[in-house]
Amino acid sequence: MKDVTFGQYYPKDSFVHRMDARIKILASIAYIVGVFLVQSFHFLGFAACFLFVLITTITAKVPFLKVLKSIKAIMFFIILSAILQLFFNSDGEVLLDLSFIKITDLGLLNAAFIIVRISLVVLGASLLTLTTSPVELADGIESLLYPLKFIKFPVHEFALIMSIALRFIPTLLDETDRIIKAQKARGADFESGNIFKRAKALIPVLIPLLISSFRRADELADAMDARCYSGSKNRTKYKKMKLTWRDLIGTILVAGLIVGVVYLNNFYVLLTVAL
Amino acid sequence: MPLIELKNVSFSYDKKIDVVKNVSLSVEEGEYVAIIGHNGSGKSTLAKLLNALVLPDEGSVTVDGFSSADKKQVFDIRKTVGVVFQNPDNQLVASIVEDDVAFGPENVGIKREEIGERINFALSAVGMEKFRRSSPMHLSGGQKQRIAIAGVLALKPKVLVLDESTAMLDPQGRKEVLSVVERLNRTQKVTVINVTHYMDEVVRADKVYVVNDGEIVLSGTPSEIFKKKEEIKACGLELPLAAEIADALIQRGVKLPEGILTEERLAEELCALKSKI
Repeated sequence: MKDVTFGQYYPKDSFVHRMDARIKILASIAYIVGVFLVQSFHFLGFAACFLFVLITTITAKVPFLKVLKSIKAIMFFIILSAILQLFFNSDGEVLLDLSFIKITDLGLLNAAFIIVRISLVVLGASLLTLTTSPVELADGIESLLYPLKFIKFPVHEFALIMSIALRFIPTLLDETDRIIKAQKARGADFESGNIFKRAKALIPVLIPLLISSFRRADELADAMDARCYSGSKNRTKYKKMKLTWRDLIGTILVAGLIVGVVYLNNFYVLLTVAL
Repeated sequence: MPLIELKNVSFSYDKKIDVVKNVSLSVEEGEYVAIIGHNGSGKSTLAKLLNALVLPDEGSVTVDGFSSADKKQVFDIRKTVGVVFQNPDNQLVASIVEDDVAFGPENVGIKREEIGERINFALSAVGMEKFRRSSPMHLSGGQKQRIAIAGVLALKPKVLVLDESTAMLDPQGRKEVLSVVERLNRTQKVTVINVTHYMDEVVRADKVYVVNDGEIVLSGTPSEIFKKKEEIKACGLELPLAAEIADALIQRGVKLPEGILTEERLAEELCALKSKI
């Protein structure tokens, strides 16, 4: 439970940490677009994306293992997508014929492609949350969504909800851990039986968790009230967001990545034409 | 004029059973007041009445000249009276210490430069300057609770209410929190109201209110209160261990003076007695 890194801030003083949250959010979106721009089987484009992640990780002084662990959190999803690709792709040369299912070379390639694509997206996103504190993240989103205020969208409240949600992830994980142990101590069995049985076994974990979350929310609301919280009206901000030279460099790098990916896509086309 | 005055205050959550019944109390500036009662005695509700988190059904709450009956003055009351709650995890809003301490000042619209100064002030008042940039997640319970106190202090309140703030802490954490509060009371002249069910936290107070079933059943200085052993036990409370021991010894004919409340005092008196023999 504890090694779920996704959504956890890794405090350090680095180039990436000091970048403006807004630029980091936009850069992450641009990076994800970059990953999706890579055309089928042009793995060189992925290599460029991976290189980008690697460079960012090193400049952010975050241990690479910590970034990699984010993939673990959605392993199930990745494997599922890969299997779907593998089984339901009937184009290409058949490698293995199990009568009801044909595994083809294209299917295999597609599965690999999907695995790499999702992994790269997750790596990028986790780099954002690892190097940006939830408060900065919420502030950044608030600032980026500011134009929505004119259509009466509660931007400040939305940002606060998000930062509180992020703040409580570790707390609730701890709690889940504790409840699971408590139920195990009472003889609950989470490890045997088929998937439905196991899902059912989780009910005695989820209900206490839900109840305690409501209690926490209630207490948090009191604590916020006691500290004079009254919405966005007349509220000041301690942290000012300022663009610096770092943000310029970051922007240039991400722009470079996208240009690189597009170039590599065409490079393949040129290569095949030449051959 | 007292800093906080409750006059005939009653309150109920469901409009049927009064959780707080006809309570009157007053707290002077700079005092250290203890409100003690067993679980479910209504003492937490009383704490929430003190800073207008709940408003009285009957009676009046006046804080530093502000009345909780006037909706416009509710925020003035909350600025004057800061509350630290029981569970440190459920009162920290941010994942970085300084951001959390800044939450209160941000809410009341304090300028950026001054917020920085207030964070410095609040964190040094609780001795947590070193942790300014860290995440509260990795701190101990006592340290988290000190951050929660800093978050309240950043609003520069005149009164600090501890609503069972030590109940979830280990002995070390309790000691940390209580000594911070003690220092604030002594050096910063912060008025302290400690709402608790631990008898030994009461010993230090200037004034004690014993709450049972939503009513104040006893009030006075700690030594006055502890003389009324039967009444205290009737409220489901226990005397501090040192007082119990002293009491038992006196009953068995050991010549100890009345009114021993702390372990230190008990040890002193016993040593004095031994040297006489």
